[in-house]
Amino acid sequence: MTIWIAIIGASLIAFGLKFAGYTVPPAYLEKPRVSHITTLLPAALLAALVVMQTFTVGSTLVLDARAAGLLAAIIALLLRAPFIVVVIAAAGTAAALRAFVGWA
Amino acid sequence: MVTRPAPVDPARRAAVRQGLSVAIATSLYGISFGALGVASGLTIWQTSVTSLLLFSGGSQFALIGVLGGGGGIGAAIAASSLLGVRNTLYGLQLTPTMSPRGLWRIPVAQFTIDESTAVSIAQDTVPNRRLGFWVTGIGIYVGWNVMTLVGALVGDAIGDPKQYGLDAAASGAFLALLWPRLKSMQPVAVAIAAAVVAAALVPVVPVGIPVIAAAAVAVVFGMLTRRQTPDNQSPDGTLL
Repeated sequence: MTIWIAIIGASLIAFGLKFAGYTVPPAYLEKPRVSHITTLLPAALLAALVVMQTFTVGSTLVLDARAAGLLAAIIALLLRAPFIVVVIAAAGTAAALRAFVGWA
Repeated sequence: MVTRPAPVDPARRAAVRQGLSVAIATSLYGISFGALGVASGLTIWQTSVTSLLLFSGGSQFALIGVLGGGGGIGAAIAASSLLGVRNTLYGLQLTPTMSPRGLWRIPVAQFTIDESTAVSIAQDTVPNRRLGFWVTGIGIYVGWNVMTLVGALVGDAIGDPKQYGLDAAASGAFLALLWPRLKSMQPVAVAIAAAVVAAALVPVVPVGIPVIAAAAVAVVFGMLTRRQTPDNQSPDGTLL
């Protein structure tokens, strides 16, 4: 029963947090200063997601096979590879290093 | 119904392809969640309901991590919710794109996660941003829930998704979404500053906060600068 309370409680809060973002009037978001900020936000959010996804385990910074995968992705992007090739290059590099070299 | 010629807009196809690639890589992680949920003492049913209702990977892993580690309900809900705060920010960012009204806000809110936001904001036009959001959001919702059930039923039999490099696939996908935005000075500066701030904060603040701090970088930068277009003669006389 306690587990159910935790699941339902966390789900209600999670939904409330998601929903709250959509309650701000769009007119406010169209003001020049605010829209300047919202055009910069994607770069900040995506850069942070790259860092979190690549270099962290919980609250620890780590350097593992994911970093090599990211490097492969950078090379693929510099070579103007399509999206799916970039993703596969990253995955393949990390998987190969783990399988054959024993990287974490 | 009116029949239309098939759209051959490459940007539209790119939005769909990106959404599907991200959805596949992410959904397979549902296996880990399902297996870990059962290992943490949840029933198969409880594990599946968590994916259906909570639907935010980080928050879900935090919830079962605390419960499995013997933590209380309060601590489990708090850890999960702290990670969910960034979804509020994503909603703010997506409001002009999705502009959901009334009950329509319910599915839009539920599908608002890292990946759907990332794919959406990386597109150039509003229709393609909406398309990217729906393809990624619905794709992951379906895939994540199916894979959660699979993981809960068969455990780790399929193996750790890490062994297929799926965690690195997500890194590569996020970078590929960021890449086209790095064409002028302002977004490059913001991206670098945000990455540095997020990395620096990882060891010292709770999980989930670094991404919010990265957003704060964009807010501060945006307040101190003007849009980088020559025709923008801002009349408000602000700094810079």
